[in-house]
Amino acid sequence: MTCAVEVEELTKKFGDFTAVDHVTFTVEPGEIFGFLGPNGAGKTTTLRMLTGLLQPTSGEACVAGLDVRQETEAVKHRLGYMSQLFSLYGDLTVDENITFFAGLYGVRGERLEARRAWVLRMAGLEHHRDQLTAELSLGWKQRLALGCAVLHEPPILFLDEPTSGVDPISRRNFWELIHSLADAGTTVLVSTHYMEEAEYCHRLALMNRGRLIALDTPANVRRLMREPLLEIATTDGPAVAQALQGRPGVAEAAMFGRAVHVAVENAAEATASLPAFLASRGLHVDRIHAIEPSLEDVFVDLVRREGGAVAG
Amino acid sequence: MPRRTDAHPAPERPSRRAPDPGPARVPPRLSVRRLWAMAAKEWLHIRRDTRSLAMAFAMPAAMVLLFGYVITFDINDIPTAVLDQSHTAESRDLVDAFRSSGYFRITRPLASDADISPLLTRGTVRMVLVIPPDFARNLAAARPAPVQCLVDGGDANTASIAINYAQAIAASYSAKAVLKGRTLPVPAQAESRVWYNEDLKSSNMIVPGLMATIMMILSALLTSLTIAREWERGTMEQLAATPVHRLEVIFGKLVPYLGIGFVDILLVAVVGGVVFAVPFRGSAFFLIVTAMLFLVGAQGLGIFISAAAKSQFLATQLAMLATMLPSLLLSGLIFDLASMPTALQLISLVVPARYFVVALRGIFLKGVGLHVLWAQALGMLLFATAGLGLAVHAFRKEIA
Repeated sequence: MTCAVEVEELTKKFGDFTAVDHVTFTVEPGEIFGFLGPNGAGKTTTLRMLTGLLQPTSGEACVAGLDVRQETEAVKHRLGYMSQLFSLYGDLTVDENITFFAGLYGVRGERLEARRAWVLRMAGLEHHRDQLTAELSLGWKQRLALGCAVLHEPPILFLDEPTSGVDPISRRNFWELIHSLADAGTTVLVSTHYMEEAEYCHRLALMNRGRLIALDTPANVRRLMREPLLEIATTDGPAVAQALQGRPGVAEAAMFGRAVHVAVENAAEATASLPAFLASRGLHVDRIHAIEPSLEDVFVDLVRREGGAVAG
Repeated sequence: MPRRTDAHPAPERPSRRAPDPGPARVPPRLSVRRLWAMAAKEWLHIRRDTRSLAMAFAMPAAMVLLFGYVITFDINDIPTAVLDQSHTAESRDLVDAFRSSGYFRITRPLASDADISPLLTRGTVRMVLVIPPDFARNLAAARPAPVQCLVDGGDANTASIAINYAQAIAASYSAKAVLKGRTLPVPAQAESRVWYNEDLKSSNMIVPGLMATIMMILSALLTSLTIAREWERGTMEQLAATPVHRLEVIFGKLVPYLGIGFVDILLVAVVGGVVFAVPFRGSAFFLIVTAMLFLVGAQGLGIFISAAAKSQFLATQLAMLATMLPSLLLSGLIFDLASMPTALQLISLVVPARYFVVALRGIFLKGVGLHVLWAQALGMLLFATAGLGLAVHAFRKEIA
């Protein structure tokens, strides 16, 4: 198999609305491939088309060597999928959920018991086998859902915003699991809107308004930032950002935590002139210095150049 | 050459395959194991949900008892007052004839005409028997001796039955009065004998037919929740991403409900036999076959509604609407279809319960089987096919 996932000009329209607009990319086996983008960017729709949950309007998609459009059902034996919402059965116990999904994936006998033991250990649920899934904490639920999605040891795993709503520690643990799966050879396609999670991916696909606006490693994506970036430490953050908006030489000014990040045409010139300009407006600047753009800066910059995000 | 038996449901293909739109798709193979996994999961849902369990087992028993007692056309003990202005042995004989018939309960003697109206108006009595002062004299003189029956027509059904009873009692009293112990050969006389329901008991007519209505309402109601629940809770998306075939989903969901339906059939039959002494004269096998076909149809309809509505609330409402009124009113269970307006009769032709009611009465009371009820059995088969067809048609694994 040359690539795990091969997508060409993949498009999905819902009436007049184009949710996914001629998207093309390939994913190598064992790669962790992240989809990053605001809500409504088309991440979920793309994942749903690749898992055979939605028929594409046009374009080609090949997953694990099978044409998704032609072999919609056969391909499901070779992939694991974890949807955005918690999607196990809350009125079934941990064990019963595992048994059910194993039944659907044709995992049984000794293999089932081995996989069950693996899932319980991985999720830390060895002592909660008979507990109703609804009573588990969200972090546990998510790990169990991941376990149920890979019971049949699929070569390709699709995760749609797997960590939304989970606390940071559970999220970090979750990503460690994903990495260990990838190290064992599983290809992982994951969508997220947490910028810091994007750093965990080998490659990133930035999506906005259904289109792929960037596709590269996190390090290279960060270099896509055209203008140099300054960070202004100030106590008047919102006022500073507003004052700089639209000023000649300033491409973008946005609040970033308690500081303001400003994309400028010329870093040296701006570092010299901006404090005086802000002081003339009665705004105090503690410090101004050039910084390395974060993924979020790049993302904001790219989305701005693309004409903004979808409202809502 | 020995055929390759592939236990694993996934047909393994060569992993390298060009993404050409080309060769014929291999239809996914159905797997009994996946179907069984679905059924086991569905049974766990039912077991954990007290509301479903109560609906599955308590509701049918409650409905049989309720309907069995409530729907009755047997009219006894009609509260009756008597204004006897004759005060003779003859008039007392007539009142006794009314009393001893069992149809009338003589509540009180009245003193005057003025008492009649308030009693009927308030509904204290349903009938007033007025025996005029000259009753005995007319009888003695062999003249017509009319008595008056004033009947509350507010309930037309009871009123007309009361009138019929009163006329019959008066006629038999007259015959006795005229013959005075002698016998008169009557040239033509109808010797009536009732078959199948010898005592003309309403419960014998209602309880077997009730099985159709209960099964219809219950099956559609229970199954209407199943698919919609998966859509509402988001579990459908996970399910759809597995290799489970949609036929496996539908049949897997049907299996536990068919089991429940089977138990309910026995439950209704036992309650009918024990509590209402409804006879069972037909073949249990034939009953179960037709009932199971009917169940498949009703549950298929429920799944169709569930898949189309995608919301538990809407699905329940639709299931109630689609099953409750038609199977109660247009099935011939309570109301005679032949005396309905043509439009309603035409609508009743597509009410499946109508055919099952006929079959059930035939099986329970007449003891007939396929040779008489073949059309009804065929109807059940058609209903089962249609219900399943609708369910399969409406349920898609695709996320819209």
